[in-house]
Amino acid sequence: MSDTRPPASRFGSNSGQSFTRRDGIAKVTGTATFAADNHPDGLLYAVYVPATIARGRVSHLDVAAAKAHPGVAEVITPANRPMLDGDPESKGFMFAFRFEALQDNTVRYANQPIALVLGETLEAATEGARLLNPQYEALPARVGLNGDTPYKVEVGSFGRPGQTVYGDVAAGHAAAVQSVDLTYETPEQYHNAMETHAVVAEWQGDHVTLDMPNQAIVMSRGAYGYYFGIPPENVLIRSPYLGGGFGSKAIPNGPTVLAILAARMTGRPVKLMLRRDQMFGPVGHRGATRQRLRLGIDAGAKMTVLDHESLATTSTFDDFVESAANASQGLYAAGALRSAQYGVRVDAGTPGPMRAPGEASGSAALECAIDEMAEKAGLDPLEFRLRNYAETEPGTGLPYSSKALRECYLRGAERFGWSKRPMQPGQMRDEAGMLVGWGMGTALFHAPMFAAKARAVLRPDGTGLVETAAADMGQGAWTALAQIAADSLGLPLDQVEFRSGSSDLPDGGVAGGSGHTATAGGALHAAGSDAVRRLADIATADPASPLFGAGNAGVTARDGRFFVIDDDSRSESYADIIARAGGTEVVGTGSAARTPEDAGHHAMYSHGAVFAEVKVDPELYQMRVTRLVGAFAAGRIINPKLAESQLMGGMIWGISFALHEEARFDKRTGRIMNADFAGYHIPVNADVSGLEVITIHEDDAHVNALGIKGVGEIGVVGTVGAIGNAIRHATGHRIRRFPIRIEDLLHAALG
Amino acid sequence: MNLFDYARPTTVEEAIAAWAPGASYLAGGTNLVDLMKTGVMQPGKLIDLNRLAGLDRIESLANGDTRVGALVRNADLAHDAGFARAFPMVAEALLSGASGQLRNAATVGGNLMQRTRCAYFQDAHSACNRRTPGAGCDARGGDNATMAVLGWSDSCIATNPSDFGVALAALDAVVEVEGPQGSREIAFADFHLLPGQTPDRETALAQGELVVAVRLPAASAQLRHHSRYLKLRERTSYAFALVSAAAALRLEDGHIVEARLALGAVAARPWRANDAEALLIGQTPSDELFKRAADVALTGATPSGDNAHKIELARRTAARALALAAIGTPKRMPAFPASLFGEHAHV
Ligand SMILES: Cc1cc2nc3c(=O)[nH]c(=O)nc-3n(C[C@H](O)[C@H](O)[C@H](O)COP(=O)(O)OP(=O)(O)OC[C@H]3O[C@@H](n4cnc5c(N)ncnc54)[C@H](O)[C@@H]3O)c2cc1C
Ligand code: SF4
Repeated sequence: MSDTRPPASRFGSNSGQSFTRRDGIAKVTGTATFAADNHPDGLLYAVYVPATIARGRVSHLDVAAAKAHPGVAEVITPANRPMLDGDPESKGFMFAFRFEALQDNTVRYANQPIALVLGETLEAATEGARLLNPQYEALPARVGLNGDTPYKVEVGSFGRPGQTVYGDVAAGHAAAVQSVDLTYETPEQYHNAMETHAVVAEWQGDHVTLDMPNQAIVMSRGAYGYYFGIPPENVLIRSPYLGGGFGSKAIPNGPTVLAILAARMTGRPVKLMLRRDQMFGPVGHRGATRQRLRLGIDAGAKMTVLDHESLATTSTFDDFVESAANASQGLYAAGALRSAQYGVRVDAGTPGPMRAPGEASGSAALECAIDEMAEKAGLDPLEFRLRNYAETEPGTGLPYSSKALRECYLRGAERFGWSKRPMQPGQMRDEAGMLVGWGMGTALFHAPMFAAKARAVLRPDGTGLVETAAADMGQGAWTALAQIAADSLGLPLDQVEFRSGSSDLPDGGVAGGSGHTATAGGALHAAGSDAVRRLADIATADPASPLFGAGNAGVTARDGRFFVIDDDSRSESYADIIARAGGTEVVGTGSAARTPEDAGHHAMYSHGAVFAEVKVDPELYQMRVTRLVGAFAAGRIINPKLAESQLMGGMIWGISFALHEEARFDKRTGRIMNADFAGYHIPVNADVSGLEVITIHEDDAHVNALGIKGVGEIGVVGTVGAIGNAIRHATGHRIRRFPIRIEDLLHAALG
Repeated sequence: MNLFDYARPTTVEEAIAAWAPGASYLAGGTNLVDLMKTGVMQPGKLIDLNRLAGLDRIESLANGDTRVGALVRNADLAHDAGFARAFPMVAEALLSGASGQLRNAATVGGNLMQRTRCAYFQDAHSACNRRTPGAGCDARGGDNATMAVLGWSDSCIATNPSDFGVALAALDAVVEVEGPQGSREIAFADFHLLPGQTPDRETALAQGELVVAVRLPAASAQLRHHSRYLKLRERTSYAFALVSAAAALRLEDGHIVEARLALGAVAARPWRANDAEALLIGQTPSDELFKRAADVALTGATPSGDNAHKIELARRTAARALALAAIGTPKRMPAFPASLFGEHAHV
């Protein structure tokens, strides 16, 4: 696919090209240094002790036994835990989450830290943790969507509205000639990046160095500074590589803060790396949802109302709610539109952002409901979606900054062969007798910009250096951002050194919300352009230069040289210009952010359409996704190979959501009983076949200077619903609970 | 550090002599080491079997039987051309289990001795009669959708997770054992125990006894032309069975003259279905016949929790496995062994 890309997707000479990731060899040969690969002298190993009840209090810890174990250096419990300067129960800064850091003996969820053991070896600390042999006074756990009384959410996660209404919803319901009223459920899911959370903390006086995977490198300085009472500048965070983040590595958590505290308490560097099972609790997850969707249509099958309510689990002590109902905003034209979020407090860790937070769960339900409505209307699912295509943002009426969704539908459908889809379910079989079904879903994801800064340097030898504290979670920031920077400097990629992943560099913003390339890339572009402008000023003002008099706007930068526009014979290299000007490097700075005015004039989203084929055994109901075609329009694509990988990764995540992932709770104890990779299923290679991604170029003059939207999360969106719809099409059974399991189809078949 | 003794004998005699109460034999370690890490098993002594001479061989005996040493790796056994030709169902079962890396490490003896995957057994903080007699069973009334539907008792509802064992049960394997009291043989059907009131007793092995080999009778190779293993699972690979079935037939003139059927993941032992086999003898293969046989195989099945679906799924899996066996063993191992999504998975 990459070689047939339209020229429009190329700007400069680096962007638009499918460069292989620059950190790939270091990663596959094991030379890339991840946080836990650091072993400073004098290191102590920390193991946190997870609560094995979900609610109650710790009544006893056998500290003496743990301390007596050879190699145990310290045991930290609420009884001796040094004070933190910032209260973990407080909301001391933007995006602060409350967390447990041994402030008292209360247990609010299973796997909450109740002690931290430090050892000279990991083994000693592990055994010390076991010897603590916690005793509890347990109370009955409240888990699941029926765990407690729902409450209405006024302000949702990240300040998004909890309740949104456009138009007259009651009138929309009344005007409907046909309607559906459907309830869907999605389970708790736990992010499980390959690299579990890790930190190596080392103090020098009132300065601390943190080697840790971090999605918000510079912002986190302030957060850790807050808890430890030191200015942000005193916190150095080094996060060159992350083995995945998915939203869970942007927010401080109890075990990490305790490890940093332990390093200050002992005066020795401390390393903590979570075990796999410890990922299921203190570091965020996606809450379960129960969503009610009421849709009505008029005689022309246009929606008179799209009414989406969502109830989601959250913790007893903080407020993050998976805002699933918001998935119905911005996408389909409907006479009236309502998104209402409700929360229910359960004895679990606080949920947090997990890849496509809100959109993933919300789209899963919405896209199935859309198909159910289409089926009732007797329309092909694609035809129904096209009839309800929004030309302007529903509710606000804002124009879209760009929206090639129609092309996504058409190109995706064509590639998939959608036109051959029989309307009735249960019509298709393969040669082996498997039921075959086809389904689709629409994908939508907002295209945000955060704030970032960058620095660019043209060196005396004509090469470039760019710096920004961006985060490469495996998505390819080391490569795509360097491509942008190289173009802004008018240099080939291999002439640009890219420094990133450290908090002493200019703020690269948050790697989240699918806005990192746009934001950090925007800052790099501005910084590189600034450096080039400064150098052009020097050259064009220098009578000795062949560029003299051409004026800043009269030259163009390419391949490490300036050329006079329209006269390639007049040119000079960066190195020559700098040498004549005294040999000092030329420094540019830049920043990027979206102004409120820009934001107010357009609705900005990435779009996509996902088509799924599933096969289902007609008697045994084992399911497999055999083909997924996703067509996505996400502005300008900087690196097609990396973008396609991201989109594929998102679609695979969608398979996982649709068919596999689910934390299984013991309802009596509130503990998760499948907290390992043998039990918490995600797709394996054999579950992933026939994956195809099409990217559709959009020129977008409004999202940002580079016309970049995001690709990190949208692959998940749409895919889940497409698979649910395909299973319905294969079997005739509509399962309204994810993940769809063999026994769900069996029960549906047996009636 | 949690200290334990470690012995590395080179002969079976030394290994048995090294055994003392609280000791565990260590083979591939893929199950034991995991359980040690989580504190579920805390042996005071590990007796590493990996240096034992002669236990890594696959031999044909004079009487035609095949003898597989306890240290033969799961992958090596499945990929041994002679073995796979004689016992394709065993190879298919092995290759449907775990992952490539695990099969490279896992041994024949370890596979037979692997512990249940009951989540409450694997969690040192839950009550479990199998781990601690008399402690209670947290699986009852808990998250138990995958638990046993046959042969369970009030004290334990766990299943045996092995795929390999299901094929061995169907093929009348014999387990060769050596121990402090000398050597003996245990029929496979008697090897794993149903829980009754003593779920902590999982196998017929006496204290300190060591599995040295598994023997497959020559007669069982006669079933090779019509034998299949089928495994229903929640993803295409790398998942334990929801239910599974090993089915083998010998056909003469269109009639079934010999039949074998065993079910997996339904009970604390691989579940041999003798009554269903008896019903098949002398009949001509048909879907209807196989459904009847499967019904008989599940006679007496009852849910032990939120798992009634397993009964129906086991019935259907057994019927399908029989139907596939009737069609004949595929010439080549399917790309996804024992999977509905391999080739040759349909009737
Ligand atoms: C993630 C995962 C997925 C898996 N999936 C599957 C699957 O789908 N299907 C399946 O069948 N299995 C599966 N397994 C289990 C796997 O097959 C077993 O772990 C393996 O067969 C055990 O063999 P081992 O040699 O590693 O045994 P070890 O771990 O070394 O030992 C296991 C037990 O057997 C005892 N033991 C070992 N050898 C002997 C002997 N010769 N005599 C007496 N006692 C002995 C040990 O003391 C110990 O108690 C999976 C395992 C994992 C970790
Ligand atoms: S089912 Fe058996 S193994 Fe599981 S907890 Fe109960 S007694 Fe233990």
